Amino acid sequence: MRRDYDVAVVGGGLVGAALAWGLARDGQRVVVLDEGDMASRASRANFALVWVQSKGLGMAQYMGWTVRSSDAWRQLAQDLRAQTGLDVCFERPGGFHLALGEAELAARAQRLKRLHNQPGAADTSVEVLDRAAVERMLPGIGPEVAGGSFCPLDGHVNSLRTLHAFHKGLHLLGADYRPGHTVHDVVPAQAGFRLMTSRGEVGAEKIVLAAGNANMRLAPLVGLKSPMQPNRGQILVTERAAPFLHYPLVTIRQTDEGTIMIGDSREETTDETMLDLSIAAVEADRARRMFPALGKLNVVRTWSGIRVMTQDGFPIYDQSERYPGAFVVGCHSGVTLAANHALVLAPMIARGRLNADLVGAFSARRFDVAKVA
Amino acid sequence: MSAGANPYDVAIVGAGPAGLGAAAITAGAGLTTLLLDENPTPGGQIYRAVTTTPLKERSILGGDYWAGAALVAEAQASGAEIVGGATVWSLDASRELAASWAGTSRFIKARRVILATGALERPFPIPGWTLPGVMTAGALQTLLKSSGLVPDGRLVLAGTGPLLWLFAAQLLRAGARIEALLDTTPWANYLRALPHVPAFAISRYAAQGLALRREVARQVEVVSGVTRLRAEGQGGLASVAFAARSGERRLMADVLALHQGVVPNVNLAMAAGIAHRWQPAQLCWVPVLDAAGNTSIDGIAIAGDGTGIGGALAAEAQGRLAGLAAVAAVAPERLARVPDRQLLAQALARAERGRALLDQLFAPPRWSRLPEGDTIVCRCEEVTAGQLLEAVGIGAMGPNQAKAFLRCGMGPCQGRLCGLTVTELISKARGVAPAEVGYFRLRPPVKPITLAELAAMAHTQRAVAAVVRE
Amino acid sequence: MLRRLLEEGQRVRLTIDGKPVTACVGDSVAAAMLSCGLRYCRTTPISGEKRAPYCMMGVCFECLVTIDGINNRQGCLIEVREGMRIDTQLGRRTVE
Repeated sequence: MRRDYDVAVVGGGLVGAALAWGLARDGQRVVVLDEGDMASRASRANFALVWVQSKGLGMAQYMGWTVRSSDAWRQLAQDLRAQTGLDVCFERPGGFHLALGEAELAARAQRLKRLHNQPGAADTSVEVLDRAAVERMLPGIGPEVAGGSFCPLDGHVNSLRTLHAFHKGLHLLGADYRPGHTVHDVVPAQAGFRLMTSRGEVGAEKIVLAAGNANMRLAPLVGLKSPMQPNRGQILVTERAAPFLHYPLVTIRQTDEGTIMIGDSREETTDETMLDLSIAAVEADRARRMFPALGKLNVVRTWSGIRVMTQDGFPIYDQSERYPGAFVVGCHSGVTLAANHALVLAPMIARGRLNADLVGAFSARRFDVAKVA
Repeated sequence: MSAGANPYDVAIVGAGPAGLGAAAITAGAGLTTLLLDENPTPGGQIYRAVTTTPLKERSILGGDYWAGAALVAEAQASGAEIVGGATVWSLDASRELAASWAGTSRFIKARRVILATGALERPFPIPGWTLPGVMTAGALQTLLKSSGLVPDGRLVLAGTGPLLWLFAAQLLRAGARIEALLDTTPWANYLRALPHVPAFAISRYAAQGLALRREVARQVEVVSGVTRLRAEGQGGLASVAFAARSGERRLMADVLALHQGVVPNVNLAMAAGIAHRWQPAQLCWVPVLDAAGNTSIDGIAIAGDGTGIGGALAAEAQGRLAGLAAVAAVAPERLARVPDRQLLAQALARAERGRALLDQLFAPPRWSRLPEGDTIVCRCEEVTAGQLLEAVGIGAMGPNQAKAFLRCGMGPCQGRLCGLTVTELISKARGVAPAEVGYFRLRPPVKPITLAELAAMAHTQRAVAAVVRE
Repeated sequence: MLRRLLEEGQRVRLTIDGKPVTACVGDSVAAAMLSCGLRYCRTTPISGEKRAPYCMMGVCFECLVTIDGINNRQGCLIEVREGMRIDTQLGRRTVE
């Protein structure tokens, strides 16, 4: 078989591109096999938060992993800028989750309590603030805002520029990026793998499946599994405005360009070609109730995107036992975890071994345990 | 205003020739008809302000313009509900429109939808095309029609296509002065157009077109075979530079009017999910239509220049035919009240005669469609041709990845002024056909609406459940 | 940069950047600005470049201006009214 590459990464979104970039920096000969221009691409539809608070209810290790990536993001942003000249505008001013009304605030406080009562929970310094405390930091909140939670580790980034930077970086590192190469089949071979794509065959010693929800289909081909449960989210975005919102919220943030993104809907559907304008109306309404001044802004675009979501919402990182050298990497938070993927996970894959202390909890074997229990 | 529960028989978007023709037929047959247009008064771009123009001296704008008055009157008398200043910003496969007027957005259901959203001028991305003082010829023509305004100071016209000559003639009749008309029609186009001469010769365009050229050429310096056109100036237009047979030239100018044809305005149709295809003769996207004018979505038809450029008379005939199809679908018993299909089809055939020659003759040259280097492609986000080519170089196969990398097409115009350029530049860089490159994925709102307007729209239980979580 | 062929139209009074001017009934805001000698109507939110109305048919968004205190309105689609306050749109709009 042809073994042109050390590693073939399947998927050129934020997860695949971050891993490929990390692998290429590690000296690996990398090929990235990606879909075409119209692919369902969460990396082009996400909310761009680097987010810590509220992550990890049901798996304390995920909290620690998230905090670690959030801490590493500044380094990643510096490295990308030094290499590509692109400023991905990472900022970590802390972030809010606002509650409209006392009932929402109580529910929020309860959820955070459950999260932090878990054994092994990481310290995120999240605190629940009353209205007066919120208003000191976020002037302009509407009368219905009862309070909210604030976590100083939360931040955001320009995720589209991050995708651009990874791709530019891959190019500069001499990695081979092949768009329009949808992978149909993966065949384990003597020493490595053969990948059958819509534009021919590619051989590599190792493979990394980073194909988002398509990991569900691809993982079993190499003795892995990746149970997914995708859902749809919708986002609206306004025209550019002068700086007005100095902290990101889980549902509203102002980008470095000045546009204001509003989002965080969730529906059990996977058709991203259409969207539900009533959902956009509810999102707009809540945004306006949080910040009445937003009402005057023009909404210039809306979009829907399919979230990459594992069945329990936590990352899946595994190496195949039957076919060593085959890895699967899938998670919802491709932006938040990009620093870990590029700086921590990629070197592990390059060495051919996932460090169980760091990422053992994220093996898909946990789904077997759940079934037995 | 009908409530959503009580839908219209027919909703028509756009009150130009196609929309007016369609409304005249459907409302005339007794169908409840809603005709929405973004402009305050009906007429579209071609019959812009035909009911309100201050230019009462008919010879200035010409007989073809004033013919629109009768069509507007017919539609107004038909019983159609005509709403001006109404922006349709969404349409979906269930034929639900979202439209904004008088500061409020509402959903409107219709049993049939006819899109008559017409055309817009093809992007003309030359160096300096964003400078104040550079406008489209159509824009200046609108100012002439609506307000009786003409350029003051040194005016240069540049480009190719019938509208450029018509506008030049209108300006001259109005007493305006034109420094020069820079004709960018490539010599090769004349050869390519030759086979179509017989059909053209018997069309209405032939005599008219030649007469216009003579009228203009008598009074204005016409420079043929112009290439390397640039607008120059700091913070505003100061001069126009170009190459011609006689060599490089530079003209001082206060206003530059650019035009290289018109292309379908596809944003609403594409955002609705209607299938489109690349039309190589007109170098643009057109909707995929069946013989009756139906799109890929049941109950939605497109008529007029939005289906491919055919001009005002063809648009009107297409609009009437689409209206007739709507009557046949909604209330076939009323077909006796509408004109004979055969007659309309003949009118359409007459109007389309000669179009093939115009397409060949006025096909814009490659240099004025495919900019290079620092020339701006996306005006909203200030993305240059060079940046776009660099994005292709690192793997952006199509407009959507390029948009993600660079924000081209992400501004308020939503790609209307850069989309064709982006597709064609990527096509050239990759060496594949535009059809393979594709286009931006468009989404509602196709025109901006305020957040407050959006927020005030209906909140379904399902929508609330999808957004409000702990 | 534009002149009026006919001067007999019914006039409305408005202000552009605080300066009192007149326009004709039926003029769009963009037409009124150009007829009053303005060369540009906005600066872009990115480079700050000056821009002027380009298409006059609602598709290019170059004619964005502030009308009666509301930012980023399409001047070519809105008709002038007596007493209207029109202001050049400088860069990004504000949120107030």
